[in-house]
Amino acid sequence: MSVPTLKQSPVNEHTRILGIGAYRPDVIVTNEDVCQWIDSSDEWIRQRTGIITRHRAPADVSVIDMAEGAAREALAKAGIEASQLGAVIVSTVTHPFATPSAAASLADRLGATPAPAFDISAACAGYCYGIAQGDALVRSGTAEYVLVVGAEKLSDVIDNTERTISFLLGDGAGAVVIGPSETPGIGPSVWGSDGSKWDAIGMTHSLLDVREFSAARSGSLAHSGAQQGTALSSDEEAVTEAAIWPTLRQDGQTVFRWAVWEMAKVAQQALDAAGIQAEDLVAFVPHQANMRIIDEMAKKLKLPETVTVARDIAEAGNTSAASIPLATHRLLQENPELSGGLALQIGFGAGLVFGAQVIVLP
Amino acid sequence: MASNEEILAGLAEIVNEETGLAADAVELDKSFTEDLDIDSISMMTIVVNAEEKFGVRIPDEEVKNLKTVGDAVSFIANAQA
Repeated sequence: MSVPTLKQSPVNEHTRILGIGAYRPDVIVTNEDVCQWIDSSDEWIRQRTGIITRHRAPADVSVIDMAEGAAREALAKAGIEASQLGAVIVSTVTHPFATPSAAASLADRLGATPAPAFDISAACAGYCYGIAQGDALVRSGTAEYVLVVGAEKLSDVIDNTERTISFLLGDGAGAVVIGPSETPGIGPSVWGSDGSKWDAIGMTHSLLDVREFSAARSGSLAHSGAQQGTALSSDEEAVTEAAIWPTLRQDGQTVFRWAVWEMAKVAQQALDAAGIQAEDLVAFVPHQANMRIIDEMAKKLKLPETVTVARDIAEAGNTSAASIPLATHRLLQENPELSGGLALQIGFGAGLVFGAQVIVLP
Repeated sequence: MASNEEILAGLAEIVNEETGLAADAVELDKSFTEDLDIDSISMMTIVVNAEEKFGVRIPDEEVKNLKTVGDAVSFIANAQA
């Protein structure tokens, strides 16, 4: 049997990040604000987290709105029209629809239709997962230009009175355009997961539990095929009232140890894979989880003083998938001379998942 | 394998690096939180660095039992044995 030879897309040898954009929502939440909700102090929070303020979005600003703001700047800086995009990827865990994706709506708003569009659920590693995919799509010739956005409205999934994670979190979006390049601009991605620590960071309960709570509360059939709801005592009702909306929790101790110990190794692997030494870097942009994690990782990697360490967390808080592009954006605003230099970026978070690359700063 | 004195000296060095406390302030009967004023995040950093230095594994659930410097020295000595 003679099989006709397939055509495959011509590949691009190299890729790079062509432009970066950011969106920081207007509402500033200070440590004093936080201390209205939890028994703490400005000093305690600064000392343990390095956070001074976080930006949060008002009710009428969505994940897609923030993604759009960041994406428009990234496209403009890259000098690329939305119609040239071969894919639109949004990393988020806070787009409040399981389907359809934030990316499909974003692509439409930008004028990128009919570009393929999809969301990634990889929490605080989501941006680096997006870079891994965008890089692969462009190099394989599947797309010429790819928009990668990290966008989060974490303020929708926190409980302000909770002490493990809520006070760290902020909202925002960062975006980049990846395209073909004459020289290497994105090093090999070192990425992975460890689902044995699935419980270390995540939501208090699932949406199915919300359905059960609602059904039990109303004491009636809340869903076709559901059994007769069980009536709750008033005490139980008070408990479920507070707990009905799923919010984020973490086991800080486990996460801290994993972050400084395991992630420093992953960051080193990304350097090795790119054939780069720590002293070749101009910047280190880790996920902005906690200043103490950032400091400890920088120490473990033995970064020389010539490497600028991104510390956007002080003003932005932890913005999950948005934190690396937001921190990179600030870094380039404050130090434009770093443009064209090498930066090591690493994201890590709920899953647990992680991803790291060395990139040429746009 | 390190002697208890060597473990104490090594721990004191790690504590000094993390907190700036003088190494000779790190004595067996000192409580990490009350006497040495070490917070939970510093404690985890010390634990991670102690694991590396002494080649032992200190599980998360064990960390809360390490109230004094002496507790940590004993744990590391037993774990190495």
